[in-house]
Formats: sequence, C-alpha cells, structure tokens
Amino acid sequence: MFELSFIWAGIIAFAVLVYVILDGFDLGVGILFPFARSERDRATMMNSIAPIWDGNETWLVLGGGGLFAVFPLAYAIVMPALYMPIILMLLALIFRGVAFEYRWRGERWKHIWDHAFFGGSIVAAFTQGIALGALVQGIEVEGRAYSGAWWDWLTMFSLLTGAAVVVGYALLGACWLNMKTIGDLQVQMRGYAKPLAAATLGFIGLASLLTPFQDVEYFHRWFDMPGVLFSVIVPAALLACAWALFTGLRDAKDVQPFLAALGLFVLCFVGIGISFYPNIVPPNLTIAEAAAPDSSLWFALVGTVVLVPLILIYTAYAYWVFRGKVDPDEGYH
Amino acid sequence: MFDGLTAETLARMQFAFTVSFHIIFPAFSIGLASYLAVLNGLWLRTRDRTYLHLFDYWKKIFAVAFGMGVVSGIVMSYQFGTNWAVFSDKTGPVLGPLMAYEVLSAFFLEAGFLGIMLFGRKRVGNSLHMLATGMVAFGTLISATWILSVNSWMQTPAGFAMNDLGQFVPEDWWQIVFNPSFPYRLVHMVLAAFLTTALVVGATGALHLLRDRQDKAARRMFSMAMWMLTLVAPLQIFAGDAHGLNTLEHQPAKVMAMEGHYDSHPEGAPLILFGIPNAAEKRIDYAVEIPKLSSLILKHDLNAPLDGLDTIPDEDEPPVWIVFWSFRVMVALGFAMLGLGIWSLWRRVRGRLYDAPWLHRAAVAMGPAGFVAVLAGWITTEVGRQPFTVYGLLRTSDSLSPVDAPAVATSLVAFIMVYFFIFGAGTLYLLAMMNKGVNVVNHDLQSGPIRTAGLTPSQQADDEIETQKDETNV
Ligand code: HDD
Ligand code: HEM
Ligand code: HEM
Repeated sequence: MFELSFIWAGIIAFAVLVYVILDGFDLGVGILFPFARSERDRATMMNSIAPIWDGNETWLVLGGGGLFAVFPLAYAIVMPALYMPIILMLLALIFRGVAFEYRWRGERWKHIWDHAFFGGSIVAAFTQGIALGALVQGIEVEGRAYSGAWWDWLTMFSLLTGAAVVVGYALLGACWLNMKTIGDLQVQMRGYAKPLAAATLGFIGLASLLTPFQDVEYFHRWFDMPGVLFSVIVPAALLACAWALFTGLRDAKDVQPFLAALGLFVLCFVGIGISFYPNIVPPNLTIAEAAAPDSSLWFALVGTVVLVPLILIYTAYAYWVFRGKVDPDEGYH
Repeated sequence: MFDGLTAETLARMQFAFTVSFHIIFPAFSIGLASYLAVLNGLWLRTRDRTYLHLFDYWKKIFAVAFGMGVVSGIVMSYQFGTNWAVFSDKTGPVLGPLMAYEVLSAFFLEAGFLGIMLFGRKRVGNSLHMLATGMVAFGTLISATWILSVNSWMQTPAGFAMNDLGQFVPEDWWQIVFNPSFPYRLVHMVLAAFLTTALVVGATGALHLLRDRQDKAARRMFSMAMWMLTLVAPLQIFAGDAHGLNTLEHQPAKVMAMEGHYDSHPEGAPLILFGIPNAAEKRIDYAVEIPKLSSLILKHDLNAPLDGLDTIPDEDEPPVWIVFWSFRVMVALGFAMLGLGIWSLWRRVRGRLYDAPWLHRAAVAMGPAGFVAVLAGWITTEVGRQPFTVYGLLRTSDSLSPVDAPAVATSLVAFIMVYFFIFGAGTLYLLAMMNKGVNVVNHDLQSGPIRTAGLTPSQQADDEIETQKDETNV
C-alpha cells in the first residue's frame, strides 16, 4: 500500500485544498467588495487581507508547480484542456493582485482599481469553479495528450460549478469579515452570510445529485464498499457544519461561522477526492500512470517534508501577527 | 490580428512577451529587496533618520514592483502547461522538482514575510521586522537561484537519461542543478539585478539632486548607488566574459551567431563591431571589424582558429540577426555603466559628487539601462538557443501543446492588452513615486481626510516615523 505517487497525490490535494480555503476567503472579500457602503468600509475590507493574500495565492503556484513536478503528464493534459478558463483565471488574478497596491496610489483611478479588484476576484472564482466542473466531467486523452477541442470545458454543469464556487467563496469572505471587523460592516456581512450559506448548501446538493450523471463510475465509488461509509459520514458532517454555521451566525459569534464555512469546503473537497480516486484526471488517467519517475518523487519529497511544516509555521505566525479585528481608527496595523 | 501564423509561432510570441514582462520586475525587486535590507540594517545600527526615510520611501516602490512581479510570475508557471504541454510532459521529471523547490523555499518565504515587512514594524518590533526584511531579500535570491538552474539546464542539459516514453529522467540531481552553465548564469543575473537597481536608485537620487543639491536623502541614495555601480559594473563585464567562454564551450552555434561569424576563420577571427547580418547571403554586410580580436577574446590567442556557422546544419542554426544585435546592445550598455561608475568615482575623489549636474543628468538618462540590458541579455540567451528548447535534444517545434492557433492568438491578444494596461499603469505609478522627493512628507496634511484614517502603507510609514521620534525622545 506504500506507494510514493499516492503520497504525492495526497500532498498535491493538500496544497489545492489549502489554496481553496485561503484564497477562497480573500477572493470572497473581493466578491463582496462592491457591497461596501463607504470608502472606509472598502478600506477595512481590503486591509483585512492585504498582509496575507500573497501567501495565500502562493499555494496556487505550489498546486501548479507541484503538478508539473510530480505528475507532469497530468499537468500536460489538464492545462491545454482547460486552456481558456486557466488563461482567464490568470488574467483575473493579475487585476485583483495589483489592485491592492494601485488603489492607494491616487484618487483619480481609485474606482477603476476597485472594479478591477471585484472583477478579478469574481472571474477568478468563476473560472476555478468551471475548471473543477470540467475535470469532473472528464477529459479526453489520446496517447499522452489532450485530444478534445478547445471549448469542451463549457457545459451547463461547469457553469453550475462555476456559480457554486463564486457563491461559496463569497460565503467564506462574509464569514471572514464577520470575524475581522466590527460595527455596521460586521452586521452587514453577517447578514449576507445567511443567504449565502443557504445558497452554498443548495449548490452542494445540486452538484452532488448531478455528479453521478457525469460518469457512472462516480456512482459506484460512492455506493460500493468502502465508499459507502463515506456516503454516510460526509453528508452527516456537512449537516453538522451547516448547523454550526447557522447557529454561529444567529448567536453573532465571531469565529465559529468562519470555521464552520471552512469545514463545508473541506468536506466538499473530500467528496470530490472520493469521486476521483484512483484517477488524477477523470475518466481514465490514474495517479500511478501520471506520476514522474521515483527519483523525481523522492527528490521533491525530501524538501517537501522539511519545508511544508516550516511554511505552515511561519504562515501561521504571519496570521498571528495580524490577528484580531481590523480597526481603521487605530491606524493600519 | 495574427492571421496565418501557426500555433507554434504564436505560442513562442506569447512566451517571449510574458516572460519579458516578468523578468523586468524581478530584475528590479531582487536588487531592491537587498537594498532595503541594507537600509533597514543601517538605520537600526546608526539611528540616522535618513536611512529610515529612505527605507520607507523605497519600501512603497518595492511593494508595487513586487506585486507586478508576483502576478506576472504566476502566469509563467502555468504557461508551461497551457502552451508547452509536450515540453512539460518530457522535462517535468527533471525541471518540475526544481521549480517545486523554488516555490517551497523561495516564494513562500517572500510571501510569508512580505506582509510583516510592509505593515508589521509596529506589531513585531524592530528586530523581528529586520528579520522579515532579510527573509524577503533572501527569498528573492533563492528564487533566482532555482529558476536560473532550470533555465541553465535547458541550455546545457546534464545528469539525465531518457526513458522509453521519451521523457528526460533524472540520474544525478547534483549534476542537474549544477549544470555547466548555471554558475555563470546565476552570477551574471544577480549582478544584473543589482546593477539595474543601482541605476534606478541612482537616477532617482540624481533627479532630486538636480532640483536641490542639499537634499540629504537624495545625496545618500545617489552616493550609495554610485558605489554599487562603480564596484559591480567591472565585475559584471568580467562575469559576462567568463559566461561567453562557457557558452563557447557548450553552445558554440550561439556564440557564432552573437559574433556574426557566418564563415570559419582558420587563422584568427575578427571581432565584428557593427554590421548588418544578411541571412540570405550568409554574411555580415557593411561590417566594421577589428582583425583577430575575436580569437583573442574567445581563445586568448590572436591566431586561434574559430569555426563559423558554415559548420552547423542550416536547420540547427539560431536566427543570427536578433542574437547579433541584442548581444551588442547588452555589451554597449555594460560599458556605458562602467563609464558612469568611473565618472562618479572621479567626481567623488575630487569631493564634488553632489555638485556635478552633468553627471546627474547622465545618471538620470541611464536609469532604465539595466532593464534594457537584462532584456537584451535574455534575448541573446533564449533566441541563441533556438531551434531547441532543450539544447540539442528537444526542438521547439516538438514542444508545443495540442492547442489550436485561434486559442493561442486570442489569449495572446488578451495578454498584450492586459499587460500594457496593467503594467503601464504600474510603471506610471512607480515613476510618479520616484518623482516625489523623500522628505516632502508633510505629517499634518497626510493624516487629513484624503487618506482614510491611516490605512495606507504610506500613511503607516509616517506613523512609524512618529513612533520612532517618540522613542528617541524618551
Ligand atoms: C545589467 C545587465 C547586464 C549587463 C550590463 C551585461 N549583461 Fe550579459 N546578460 C545579462 C545581463 C547583463 C542577463 C540578463 O543576466 C543574461 C541573460 C541570461 C543570462 O544568463 O544573463 C545575460 C547573458 C549574457 C551572455 C549569454 C550567455 C548565454 O546564455 O549563452 C553573454 C555571453 C553575456 N551576457 C556577456 C556579457 C558581457 C560581455 C557584458 C559586458 C560588457 C555583459 N554581458 C553585460
Ligand atoms: C519562465 C520562467 C519563470 C517562471 C515560471 C517564474 C515563476 C514565478 C512565479 C509563479 C512568481 C510569483 C511567486 C509568488 O507568488 O510570490 C515569480 C516571482 C518571482 N520571480 Fe519568476 N519566474 C520565471 C522567471 C524568473 C527569472 C528568470 C527570475 C530571476 C532571475 C525570476 C525571479 C523571480 C522573483 C525574484 C520573484 C518574486 C517576485 C518579484 O520579485 O517580483 N523569475 N516567478
Ligand atoms: C526572463 C527573461 C527571459 C527572456 C527575456 C526570454 C526570452 C525568450 C524569447 C525571446 C523566446 C523566443 C525565442 C525565439 O522565438 O526565437 C523564449 C523562448 C523560450 N524561453 Fe525564454 N526568456 C527568458 C527566460 C526564460 C526562462 C527563465 C525560462 C525557463 C525557465 C525560459 C524558457 C523558455 C522556453 C521554454 C521557450 C520556448 C519557446 C521558444 O523556445 O521559442 N525562458 N524566451
């Protein structure tokens, strides 16, 4: 059972998950940005993530770079297959990334960068969701290359997952702001969190219903042993998270809703993992087939085992330095 | 807009376009990160307020440049897959782990400590803030190390075998990382980054000296930058020469193109200073040349024979015109930098460094020279490697993704529009920030309503100066 490529699949999955929940909430803040009622609220929202967004986004680079390193074949197949959504996502991330600095550089263009921040965030979220949906549908492979056409990713299902990710990120963003801000802004964001949570759960339900129709294999993985165990555990845990989320919002808790929303994402991610396993690119490319030779996997693993814990430590430290409420009156940080 | 071009040509244009934009920002931020660490260290040690002002001034500029570097870099790391999928599949086992190490050891380090460096001085105190600043600088250097190892391996592949799937597979990681051209390229590029930064800092200082000779901060930065230039420009020429000899050994066709040697010279090759490469006739028209000098430079012997492109099969030749000229642009700028360094040294020795308007004008004019030289150098390196992506082993035409030309054309147009808009605006912001002097900060005005309640990095810089004042008063 000890298989290097499976350890690596776990590590890549971990990197992608960390990316989704970390950049998820800061893209969510961007999606909620236009709803801010004053310049002061906008500044507070942006400053709640200014010191950490770059670190969050680095997990995306690790996801892509890691795939290139240990599953080069998967990287070589997925990137051309998702050509348009990936390019769009990259362009969107440019807009939202530069907005953090540009918006403070002058009054005249501020509103343009504010739009860039919102537009970049929502497009990045949407294209990530589309990429997910397109993967779930499966990618056509011939030999060692993608063999589909360049619009294959565009279907009703991938549009649905795109919308789901936008709503889900907005939920994370609202819960983050509920945790990091005070006063009217906090109340406003807490208010948004409820409908967003309901919509997110709706999307999760819909996507779960539709997924087995993308490929019957998924159905078997969920309803044969040992998957059927998860079929019980995952929905039960989802309900528990949903309950924690709604009661946390009702009781005006700061941290609980955010953690519960993160929990929803982790569980969905586990669910997707169950559907995919043992493939890395559905419907046919397995983890083992896509893996680089063992010497590459070993070489990269040594560094990963040492460096990822270190990264987690100093990232946690950076979050801790900027802990607590963002209070604009106190002066930034 | 790009009708009739193949997907391959379009993908090459796209790669060249995006990587050229990307390299501009690291070239500046590698040097600037180290400069900031030095400024902060000097401020902590000497408690001379000028260093703190300079730190806060360049910190804001760094934040903008670094942000542009990050977003353009993320594009790069995905572009291997989108446009060069076959290349990725084949070289992934060798190059992928190196790039993964870059992410793990460098990008996270920079990103993790950047927030603390920019916004955290008050929260963590001076020593941890110094540590964070140092970590960011260190991170940029590690990043350069890994990516240059990757690039150098593509130029001078080593330590690998081929498997039956046609992939390059690692045999000896030490040889892969420390492949033959890597040490030269690393030294040359890091020096290039320091020079680029020194020229920008020097130009900014000079600009403000032209307006006010007494400006203390401008004097300090001009002097620091000119020291850097005086010391590093000669080193860079020396490193470039060594790099060229290394290239002659491993990629002779590239050197033939750089030198414009279409023909072999059995008894001493001339150094062609200028001329117009004529690809059809395979000669350099209107050449201005110095007999035998090329043999002297490359072989340290006036009469040493040198092969020309006539010994290389046509289908393996790099395009001469581009390489020939980009190389000359880089070298000419390298000597211009040396000249500026010597000039400043002469004024300095005479005690008139701040009192030399023509020197200051020249320094302003040379402000962008580092960027141009860096781009010219990369073009020499990359175009000179053609028609291969992995030198001698994998052709560019065999590296491409199975994507359709319209898809690549569409994304290319999108990249061009977005990059010119975004990075154009960023460049204007940078220029505006440098155009503003260091000491013009007016504390009372800044805390006014324009900048909402101390939320911006610049506002914060002022707060810090306030706190520092309080500290010194105690
Ligand atoms: C400030 C920037 C700068 C300056 C002043 C110079 N260079 Fe340079 N050069 C670079 C920046 C650069 C670079 C960006 O760093 C390159 C591109 C790729 C690389 O490894 O370094 C480069 C490549 C490069 C190459 C190509 C090597 C290869 O990859 O095959 C040679 C032979 C030289 N340089 C030689 C010189 C000489 C003789 C110079 C002095 C007069 C010089 N360079 C000045
Ligand atoms: C095609 C090759 C390249 C790729 C794929 C690439 C990739 C990247 C990526 C993904 C980032 C963003 C990191 C983050 O999220 O913090 C980045 C930034 C950076 N890159 Fe590159 N890069 C390439 C070429 C280079 C070169 C040639 C250098 C320098 C020699 C360089 C030096 C840096 C540095 C120092 C940064 C930090 C940001 C900055 O300083 O602006 N990169 N690069
Ligand atoms: C950063 C400065 C760089 C510049 C300005 C640059 C420039 C270029 C140019 C002009 C081409 C097209 C050559 C031609 O069409 O004749 C090219 C191609 C290429 N470069 Fe670079 N390059 C840089 C760095 C890198 C690095 C660091 C890597 C690898 C990690 C890299 C990998 C490639 C690849 C894979 C191609 C493939 C396309 C082709 O060869 O045409 N480049 N580059």
